[in-house]
Order: sequence, then structure tokens, then C-alpha cells
Amino acid sequence: MSAETEPYIELKDVVFSRGDRRIFDGVSLRIPRGRVTAIMGPSGTGKTTLLRLMGGQLRPDSGRVTVAGESVPDLGRKALYRLRQKMGMLFQSGALFTDLSVFENVAFPIRVHTRLPEDMVRDIVLMKLEAVGLRGARELMPAQLSGGMTRRVALARSIALDPELVMYDEPFAGQDPIAMGVLVKLVRDLNHAMGITSVLVSHDVPECLSISHYACIVSDGRVIGDGTPDELRNHPSEKVQQFLKGHPDGPVPFHYPAAGAGEDWGIAGEQQ
Amino acid sequence: MIKWLVNLGSQGRKFLESLGRSGQFLFAALAGVPNPRVGFPLLIKQMYFLGVLSLAIIVVSGLFIGMVLGLQGYTILSDYGSEAAIGQMIALTLVRELGPVVTALLFAGRAGSALTAEIGLMKATEQLSSMEMMGVDPLRRVIAPRFWAGFLSMPVLAAIFSVVGIWGGLLVGVEWLGVFEGSFWGNMQSSVSFTSDVLNGVVKSVVFGFVCTWIAVYQGYDCVPTSEGISSATTRTVVFSALAVLGLDFVLTAVMFGDL
Repeated sequence: MSAETEPYIELKDVVFSRGDRRIFDGVSLRIPRGRVTAIMGPSGTGKTTLLRLMGGQLRPDSGRVTVAGESVPDLGRKALYRLRQKMGMLFQSGALFTDLSVFENVAFPIRVHTRLPEDMVRDIVLMKLEAVGLRGARELMPAQLSGGMTRRVALARSIALDPELVMYDEPFAGQDPIAMGVLVKLVRDLNHAMGITSVLVSHDVPECLSISHYACIVSDGRVIGDGTPDELRNHPSEKVQQFLKGHPDGPVPFHYPAAGAGEDWGIAGEQQ
Repeated sequence: MIKWLVNLGSQGRKFLESLGRSGQFLFAALAGVPNPRVGFPLLIKQMYFLGVLSLAIIVVSGLFIGMVLGLQGYTILSDYGSEAAIGQMIALTLVRELGPVVTALLFAGRAGSALTAEIGLMKATEQLSSMEMMGVDPLRRVIAPRFWAGFLSMPVLAAIFSVVGIWGGLLVGVEWLGVFEGSFWGNMQSSVSFTSDVLNGVVKSVVFGFVCTWIAVYQGYDCVPTSEGISSATTRTVVFSALAVLGLDFVLTAVMFGDL
């Protein structure tokens, strides 16, 4: 990481457990300001949990989480809510308010946090909707939108207050190629045009590597590889290569741990 | 036996834990001074959903219960030749007991279950999370207006229930069975006390409003965010509300009317 790109988010030795299950066991990460950073990893490794730790919705058992110079777990309620106004988060489901129209969804954070006159709110909302190509869909209700459109509206809503940071939770999951192309373009454009620090959590390897400046792979509660996309492609770790290339068997085994085959099928002497 | 005791203990501990959590939850939702510019429209909207839209079921149930009371009261009282007391009997039954209790049960079934399902679904679809991430506290934005709306609607609904019920009783007793209207109203006026009957009924409906809405919003907020979780939370809302209303009704009645 070069000197000009100071970290906007820093995680140091973060340990986090859910019940008896340890999700992170000493994760350290530096997310540079104004760049696109991809966090990749197999399903169920807690990538979304990582975003929730950054947003202060969860507190780590130990370790440091710093966003914009502030230690997130130590913030009081008011300070945390103030910090969150600098953050936007795109949820996997979009999380639009189903009782509000597209326009009102995007206007929601503006109305709550500012006292702008109505015509100005309207202008901002239409600008944000224009940025995601949905100015014409402003009157629709969330139930009338396709999956891709829902995410675009949610994206417009998350940038409504011009945040410094946008966190994308699996933005490409389950999208058709066109919708995926649109979302990739939007993430890239927002980063270029507004200098937004972007954190992308996903397991869509080609899309992530094509737009990110920096990427890391999380598996089994640790960061197993990080660097620029090119560095990752040439990473020596077998685990990293297995994930990037999608090999069905390797350090992450095809078989879920099981009792010996001999025991299950009654074949004497054979153990797996 | 030991196993049974262990089970009982762990159930009791779970119940107390849940009670504590729900208390904390309610305090967090209601603490602080709300901004009337934001809060008032939200409150009005919720009062419409919880109160106004419950009117139909409340009015129809009130009418039928009043009519049944009229019929039953007349049959029993006329055996003693005192059918003229039907007015006071209907009014006291409704104002003291059936008004607050049946309204609360109907409210839990119609509005409480809807509240739980709505909040649970907002949780499951990450709407509450997204609100938090936008720097908006869902406890104050979503829970508080719903709680106040339910709390304020219940006494009004109970009052409407009693009034319609009395009118239903009048319809059957006076219009149909021929009790003299003067004694219907006269007996009612002389025997129903504003402070010890009407106000005690209002106190009951205020308590039921508090408890039913608290249970409904807490169950929604605390549910497991899956379709199964929401369905069992909705069921719990109705069951817990009904049990709480009936149990509290006995306690309140004993305190209010026990020495009469």
C-alpha cells in the first residue's frame, strides 16, 4: 500500500465469536481511502459480519476497528450514528422500505438528516436516481422492481448523503449478466467520480478483481492472502489459488469431514 | 424429578432474561425526547393502522356482545321480574369487564399480530439494519411510534366498544323485548359511577394497551428473522397477550372491585 493511500478503515487482530463458534481469529486489514477494496472468501466465512463490525452493528471480542480515525467499538450511540452518516451500505437484499416508493426511499436519509426544502430534496433524489439510471422509475414501489433495479435503488439511497465510504454486501450475487455489468460499472464510476472509498464483499472473483485496486481473501477466520489483483493472481498459497480458480478439491476438501467410509458401509479395513 | 426441576429452572431463567431484555428494549425505544416534526406524522400513520383500521372489528363485536348481553340479561332478570335493571347490568358488564378485556383480545389478534409480523419482516429483509446503517435508530423510528399508537388507541377502542355494546343492548332490550326505555337509562345512570366504574375500566384498558403493544413490538423485534421465526413470534404475541390480559384483568379487578 503506497504512502498516499492512507487507510480509511483499519482492523487489527480482530477476534469475533458467535456463541461458541469463532468467526474471526485475529483478522488484520487496511482499507485504503478513495480506492475499491474487495474482500472475498467462501460462503459462510463471515464476510458480511466483517462489514457489520466496520459499521459498528457488532462489536469485536478483542482487537481494534478504526474507521475514519475513530475507534468504532468505543463510540457511544450518538457518535456512532454520526459516523454512520459518512457511510453508505448496500445490503444484499437491497433492504428498501417496502411501504415507500423508489423516490421516497432515496429521499429517506436526506429527510431524516437534513432540513432541506422539498424542491432541493427532489433535485438531489433525481440526481442520485439519474446516476443509477432509474430516474424514470421514481414512482414505482419496491415490489415492482427487478432484483437488479432494487439494488440500484438501494445504491442510490446509500449515496444520497454523499458518504465517504460505501460498503457493498454481495452486490453481484444472483444477478443476470446485464444487471451485473450495470452494477460493476456503477461501483467503478462512483469510485472514480466521487472518490468514494468502496469496500466490496463478494465471491464473484472476476468481477471483483476487475474493479478493485486491492483485494484480500478471508477464510477460516483469517486473511489468507491480500494484495493488488495481479499479486493475488500470482499468490503462492494453494488455498488462494483454489478459491480464485474454483477448483472443487484442494486445501478446502470436497468432502465434509465424516466418519471412516469403512464404518459407514461396513467395508473392513478401509478408512477415509 | 431432577430433570424436571432443571428444566423448570432453565425455563424460568429464560423467561426472566427475556423479560429483562424486553424492558431494556422498551426503555431504549421510549427514552429521550422525540422530535415532534418527525414523530407526529409517524404516530398519526400508526394510529390509523392500529386504531382506525381496528374500528370495524371492534364496532361489530361490541354490537353483538351488547345484543347478547341484552338477550341473556333479559331472560335471567325477567325470571325475577327485574328486567328494568337490564340497562345497569349491560353497562356495568361492559364498562368494567368486557369492554377493556374483549377489546384487548381483539386488538392483540388484529393489530398486535400485524405489528409483530411487520416488524419481524422488516428485520428479516434487513430494513431495520439498513436504517441503523443510515444513522437512524430503528427503536425510535419504527418501534416508538408503533408503541405509542397502540397504547393510545386501546382506551379509545375500548370506550367505543362499550358505547356500541350498550347501544346493542338497548336495541335488543328496549326495541325488541320491550323494556321501558326510561328505566333502561335511569337505572344505568343511577348505578354506574364515573370514578369507580368508568375510570377503573379506562385504567384497565390503558394497562392492557401498554402490555399488548409492548408484547407485540418486542416479539417482532426479537424474532428469529426467518419465515418460521416470524410465524412463531406472531403466535406468541397473540398467546402471551391473551394470557397477560386475562391474568392482569383478574389482578386489577381484585384491586379495584375486591372490597365492594
